[in-house]
Order: sequence, then C-alpha cells, then structure tokens
Amino acid sequence: MTAYTALRHFADSYGLAMICALYLTLCLWHFRPGARAHVADAKHSIFRDDDHDEQ
Amino acid sequence: METVVKRLGMWALVLMASIAAIALTPDSGFAIHMGIVGLVAVILIVATATSYDPLAKAQSIFRMPPGAGRYDDDVIRWGVIATMFWGIAGLLVGVVIAAQLAFPQLNLEPYLNFGRLRPLHTSAVIFAFGGNALLATSFYVVQRTCRTTLALPGTARFVFWGYQLFIVLAATGYLLGITQSKEYAEPEWYVDLWLTVVWLAYLAVFVGTILNRREPHIYVANWFYLAFIITIAMLHVVNNLALPVSFLGAKSYSAFSGVQDALTQWWYGHNAVGFFLTAGFLAMMYYFVPKQANRPVYSYRLSIIHFWSLIFLYIWAGPHHLHYTALPDWAQTLGMVFSVMLWMPSWGGMINGLMTLNGAWDKVRTDPIIRMMVLALAFYGMSTFEGPLMSIKAVNSLSHYTDWTIGHVHSGALGWNGMITFACVYYLVPRLWNRERLYSLRMINWHFWLATLGIVFYASSMWVAGITQGLMWREYGADGYLVNSFVDTVAALHPMYILRAVGGLMYLSGAIIMAYNIAMTIAGRLREEAPMGETAHDETADRPLPVPAIAQPAE
Repeated sequence: MTAYTALRHFADSYGLAMICALYLTLCLWHFRPGARAHVADAKHSIFRDDDHDEQ
Repeated sequence: METVVKRLGMWALVLMASIAAIALTPDSGFAIHMGIVGLVAVILIVATATSYDPLAKAQSIFRMPPGAGRYDDDVIRWGVIATMFWGIAGLLVGVVIAAQLAFPQLNLEPYLNFGRLRPLHTSAVIFAFGGNALLATSFYVVQRTCRTTLALPGTARFVFWGYQLFIVLAATGYLLGITQSKEYAEPEWYVDLWLTVVWLAYLAVFVGTILNRREPHIYVANWFYLAFIITIAMLHVVNNLALPVSFLGAKSYSAFSGVQDALTQWWYGHNAVGFFLTAGFLAMMYYFVPKQANRPVYSYRLSIIHFWSLIFLYIWAGPHHLHYTALPDWAQTLGMVFSVMLWMPSWGGMINGLMTLNGAWDKVRTDPIIRMMVLALAFYGMSTFEGPLMSIKAVNSLSHYTDWTIGHVHSGALGWNGMITFACVYYLVPRLWNRERLYSLRMINWHFWLATLGIVFYASSMWVAGITQGLMWREYGADGYLVNSFVDTVAALHPMYILRAVGGLMYLSGAIIMAYNIAMTIAGRLREEAPMGETAHDETADRPLPVPAIAQPAE
C-alpha cells in the first residue's frame, strides 16, 4: 500500500468521521444547557457602550 | 539618539542593497522595483534624520482630532482614505478594460494593454480596495469588541504602510509585465515574501489585541476576521511556493507542476474568494449591520453555525474551477458537492443579516446606509445561490470560460463586497473624524441608485453574453461540424460589452460621488439639505373646519 492509498483510506474513514464530529461539537456547543445566558450576553456585547441597548 | 543612528544605519543598508541590486540585475522590471524600495529607504532616512514627521503633517491636513477617543484610530483613518483612493483607481481601471474589450483600439501597447491592465484591476479592487477596507474595519472592530487599544501599535502602522508598498510593487509589476501567471496571485517571489512578512505582522497585531481583551467573550465578527487572516496566510504561502531563477531577477518557477499546480492555484483562488471576500466581509456585516440598525444580530447561534459551516465547507470547493480538465473526476465531483452544500450556510448568514432588521424595516426607507447594507446582503444571497448552481458540472459545461462567470463574480464583488464596504465607510467616517453627521445623506442615495443600476446593467449584460457564448460554442450543424467560429461569438457580444462598460461607468460615478461626500465630511462641512425620511407636517393646517354660522332662512 502506497502512502497515497493509506492517507486516502484514512481521509475517507476515520478522518472524515473525526472532522464531522468536530464540526458538530463546535456547532452544538452553543446549544448546550446553560449556554443561553452566554449567547445572549455575547449578542448584546457590542451595544454595551451605548444607551440604546434593548436587553 | 543611539536608536536614531541605528535606524539610519538600517535604512542606509536597505538603500545600498537596492542600489547594488539595480546595478547587478539584467532585468529592467526588477531594477525599477528595487528603485521603488530604494526610494522608500531614502524617504525613511530623511524622515528619521530631520525628525520631520510626515504623519503629523497629514494629521493637520485631515484635521484629525488628536486623542478624540480612547481607541487607537490613526491607522483606521489612513485605511479608510486608502480604501477610497484604491477603490476609485481600481474601478477606473475596470472601466478602461471594459472599454478595451468593446473597442480594441484602446489597447496601448505594451504597458497599457488588456493583459497587463486586467490583473491591475482585479488586484486593485480585491487586495487594495477590499484589503484596506478589511484592515481598517478589523482594527476598528477588534478594539471596540475587545474594549482595548491595539496591541503593538508600532507594528499596526508597519502593517498599513507595508501593505501599501506591497500594492505599489504588485501594481507596477503588472504594468511592467512581471507576473507568475497565477490568477489573483500574480506578484513574483520577492513581493510575495514581503507580503508574508506584512501579513504575519497583521496576525500578531490582531491576535495580540484579542489576547489583551477586556471582554470575556470574543464577538463573532472577530472569529470571521481571524479566520480570514489565518487562512489567507496559509493559502498565500502554499500557492506561492516557487524557486526564483536568480536572486537578482523577478522570474521564478512554481514548486508544483501540471495538474497539481492547477489544483493548488484554484484551492488558493477559490478560498481567496471564500476567506478574503466572504469571511472578512461577513465580519464587517456581523458588526456594522447590528450597529447601524441599532439592534443585536437576529440569532447569535445561527452566526456561529454560519461560521463553522463556512470554515469546514469552503476549503474543499476549489476543484469546481477545474471541471472537465485533467483533474481526477472524483476531485471535480468533490468540489461540486461541497459548493452545493455551501449554499445552506450562505443563505443562513444572509437571513441572519436581513432578519437583524426585523421590526426596523422602516429604516430601509429612511436610512440610506441600512439600504446599502440590505442590498449588499441581497447580493450576497444571490451570488451564493448562483455560485453553487454554476459549480454543477452540467451547468458548468455551458457557463465555464464564458462571460457568465464574469457576471457572477461582479454581482458578488460589486453587489456584496462593494456595497457593504461603502456602507461601512459611510458609518465610520463621521465617527473617526468626530463629525456630527456625513456631509450629505442625499448623496448616499445618488450613490446607491447609480451603483445598483450599474450592477443591473453589468450582471444582466454578462448573463446574456455568457449564455450566448456558451450556446454558440457548442452549436453543431447537421454535418457534425461546429457552426460558429470564435470570432463570430466576439462579434455577437459587442453590444453586450458596450452595455457592460456603461454599467461599470455608472458604478464608478457613484463611487466618485462617495469620494466627494467623504472628502467634504472629513473637511468638516455639512450640506444644507432636507432631512431624509421625514413626512411633512403643517401644524397650522391641523385644525377642524370652523363651525359654520347658523344658517339664516332665506327671506
């Protein structure tokens, strides 16, 4: 088995699975229980120096 | 004093090295470039030795309020002015080359022919106009969202001036015929090395500022900026791996050959679109649209999904530039599939931007800056729908190598990148120069409509031209021979090329109106004009009819 074939098989099996898992983790992390307050805070953070914030 | 002497010595060394290079090189273009480097060294020597401060002078010209804010905004002011300057230059060259395609007599050999002006146009609008806009807005946004001043302020200034030197070397190089013939990566090896230094300094300033942040959370706009800076560094270094023929000459050869070189180039080329023209400008969108609308972004979680989806999908889409070539079929299909998948996050992002205006849609009528942002988002949506469509192999067999591609690129570049940049500059200038408001809001209206009509002319003429071309190229007669020769298609497209030049001219006129408006704002003038979006109210007429006198019976 050449290095190309080995890498190719890794890429479309474990590599693909790892990347998908990483992607889902990064996206779903912000939907975990308890994240709501952090997300709302981040969303309004750019208005913290204004008087116009509608929290 | 000691540091002054050290600096003088360093600049003198640079000057001597450039003189030596001019003397030894057989390559006239390389000699001119070393002359530019030497000139910069002379300017720095004069500036250091006489402690003559050209920046203080510039500050007095532009009457920048010293210490107006807590934030370090000097570089941002220069960046805004550079954005306007390079924008006008790049659009002007665009109109010239559009006219050259319609009227070939306008090709002035050898320096101003189409082949040399075309990369000048693309680099001027993407890297000079777009790049300066990204530089200025990223430094603005990262300071505001991290609530701290720029880390490494000296390096930030080096980044700005170093980037301008890169632009000047690249632009003069194209006119002199110095190119490594890779689209959007035309500058030769020594200019590439210089850009690498500048870009790593940019990364250091940006990351340093984020590390110094006084806010616990890094706002999502900074994620997009950081992705843009890191990915461009990676793409630039890998695609420009090349071996110079001589250290005293411009010419180099790529480290890759054949189809590997093509794949590397379009991995770079498509991600230059994905991370320079999309991620960077989305960062502007995620900060400036909520700020101008005075409402937080519609969904912060959607913006995070938007971010990670772009990062994970975009990097694979490049092979769709190489359909039906020597590239393996599976790689072409991979590029196509990832391009189609990209449609989802792109529209998610567009919806997120547009829905930020939910409940404030009246601002589209009353606020011309918001109107520009909405148009930019609409074009982001349209071109990110058109792109996946064109990456499908069956569609690509018709659209590739035709003017449809040019139309697609310009609906994205003029509509999305141009309009969001204009909106951000309009937002920034009164704040950066501490002005009550812009010189004129009504002139933004003129700019908006000229630009919009210009894009409509440009995109629709290029769609017609592209499909005409594609259909004429593939038309077979009953005897199995092609019906049209290439020159037949050129003749058929002539009216479309004239319409395209008209559209480009309208877009340029809008930008010139903007430049005047910005210049007057910086000069501190206010145009007397009726305010926008106010319905007239006549207080004296706001009365019931007088009670009629009691009718008298007729006698």
